[in-house]
Amino acid sequence: MKKTVSLLVAAAILCALLLSGCGSSKTLTLNVYNWGEYISDGSEDSFDTIREFETWYEATYGQKLKVNYDTYASNEDMYSKIASGAVSYDVIIPSDYMIARMIAEDMLQPLNFDNIPNYEYIDESFRGLFYDPDDTYTVPYTYGVVGIIYNANTVDAADVGDWDLLWNAKYAGDILQFNNSRDAFATAQYKLGLDVNDTSRASWDAALAELKTQAPLVKSYVMDEIYNMMESGEASIGAYYAGDYFTMLDAQADNVDLQFYYPERTNYFVDAMCIPASAQNKELAEIFINYMLSEEPAIANAEYIYYASPNSLVYESEDYAEELGEEAMEILYPGIDDFSKLFNAYAYRNLDSETLDYVNTLWEELKIG
Amino acid sequence: MKPVSKIYTALILIFLFAPIAILLVFSFNSAKSLSVFSHFSLYWYRELFRDSETLGAVRNTLVLAVSAALISTVMGTAAAVGMDKLRSRYLRAVMDSVTNIPMINPDIITGISLMLMFVFVGRIFGAATSLSFWTMLIAHVTFCLPYVILQVLPKLQQMDRSLPEAAMDLGCTPLRAFYKVVIPEILPGVITGLIMAFTLSLDDFVISYFTAGNGFQTLPIRIYNMTKKTVTPKMYALATIIFFVILALLLISNLSDSDGAETIKQAKQKRSKTKEVLST
Repeated sequence: MKKTVSLLVAAAILCALLLSGCGSSKTLTLNVYNWGEYISDGSEDSFDTIREFETWYEATYGQKLKVNYDTYASNEDMYSKIASGAVSYDVIIPSDYMIARMIAEDMLQPLNFDNIPNYEYIDESFRGLFYDPDDTYTVPYTYGVVGIIYNANTVDAADVGDWDLLWNAKYAGDILQFNNSRDAFATAQYKLGLDVNDTSRASWDAALAELKTQAPLVKSYVMDEIYNMMESGEASIGAYYAGDYFTMLDAQADNVDLQFYYPERTNYFVDAMCIPASAQNKELAEIFINYMLSEEPAIANAEYIYYASPNSLVYESEDYAEELGEEAMEILYPGIDDFSKLFNAYAYRNLDSETLDYVNTLWEELKIG
Repeated sequence: MKPVSKIYTALILIFLFAPIAILLVFSFNSAKSLSVFSHFSLYWYRELFRDSETLGAVRNTLVLAVSAALISTVMGTAAAVGMDKLRSRYLRAVMDSVTNIPMINPDIITGISLMLMFVFVGRIFGAATSLSFWTMLIAHVTFCLPYVILQVLPKLQQMDRSLPEAAMDLGCTPLRAFYKVVIPEILPGVITGLIMAFTLSLDDFVISYFTAGNGFQTLPIRIYNMTKKTVTPKMYALATIIFFVILALLLISNLSDSDGAETIKQAKQKRSKTKEVLST
């Protein structure tokens, strides 16, 4: 009696597991893995990219399509999930240095650009970037530049300029610094004119010394807490991505007047769409990438994310320029022509594990000492 | 109450509820900020109910929590009954420790080891993706089980063992005696176990994070993933709604509990009265 019951239960569970495996052959599925809050999702009356793609696909190809849209919080999260082999996604959107690593580890597959005709709208200066020198694996989605945000009501206009503002003793206790070793060290390295990808210890030691002189002035080391602290006027100076400055501007308090400028040397990033080697449906993924480059979704996404777009359909669009306003256009698109040169010079590369360990030791020394 | 203890109580209440109160207030903010309150508006609630991805995550979370709670309650109760029947003290101690391991184990270890196991088994069967809703369900049942057992086992031990025996003496089959006598006796433990399993599954992040498969993200994972940009005030609205739903559930369960306490009190009074009557 007991045995039959347990056998029945086991059989039932097995059936359920098997059934979950099949039975999904009628509608196609596309698995997309993207950063959180990194696509126009229909909120605040915006364009609902995923739903619109599903409808568009059915109208064009006459077959039902379901997009499984999942999100991640960091490149490293995404990498470990895919590297574990436990999940398989058709489209992912990592950042530059992570793409370089995934290509080196054979985790991405070359794209068939016959299926991505809209690639022609990607600006020339976004081709041949260091992470994908032959443009075989990636289609750029967004890019951004780190700049300095300050509250013009408390910061003297005369003090504004380059990275020195973050080291200005006049604003002690009003300055925010990145709470992430790579970004924090980079501010010092750009200030000193050092190479952020240098593996010599002397270079990192010099950056640490610079950060130590800054430490007494720093209010706190923050990541996305910076939004609330800048918006409320709790802090007056901090470095962050240009696109995020506009998010803060939208929510600033009445007595706060946030302004933004680029230092001479600073950090650049590109997030690009790729297809992992383990993708189940490569052609469909390419159709999706192509769709993301077409006018309506591309503009909607650029407006939603507030990061600059490498797509000429976007930055040449009058509607888009009008929606963002003159000031935002100037800040987001500061002379696109020499982008590849600046990007290849100042963007982060993968550091070898020995250097990474050393950087982390120095970081701990800074945070504890 | 002395003034000192009054202040102490007030402080504790403030620490417990101030964060929730702030969230609640700012969910009605018309602006995006968490520091500046412009004016009252239901804007973020409207936005929340339009956000299909978030609502999907809420649905996923609820489906997972309800099924994990039900399965782990049934399995946990059965396990507790079995463990209660063990004669050997040594064996019982072993079973106790075995069921306690997942509870003491840090979540991250449980999460990673479950993920590795799923991937390993998936590879054996040649599956391209080994994680799905089902693996997540198995993972949730796994970490909920010990809590159910922990709630049910003491109830079984408190129960008067002669009760089911008496039922069987009077002609009940063992199964019938179990349903008619044992279940009603241990029911409070079973229900507490069910509620605990539900809440544990509902707000689990770490284990879900490692075992989530394609296209099935729960709410905690979705919120965590919003940290590249800021968490939108939609989430404050959602948190407020969840808070009030939980509060309502708590009030209902407490009220019905106090009803139960009343009847027990009355029963005790009756019994002591009969005792008095008998003794005189």
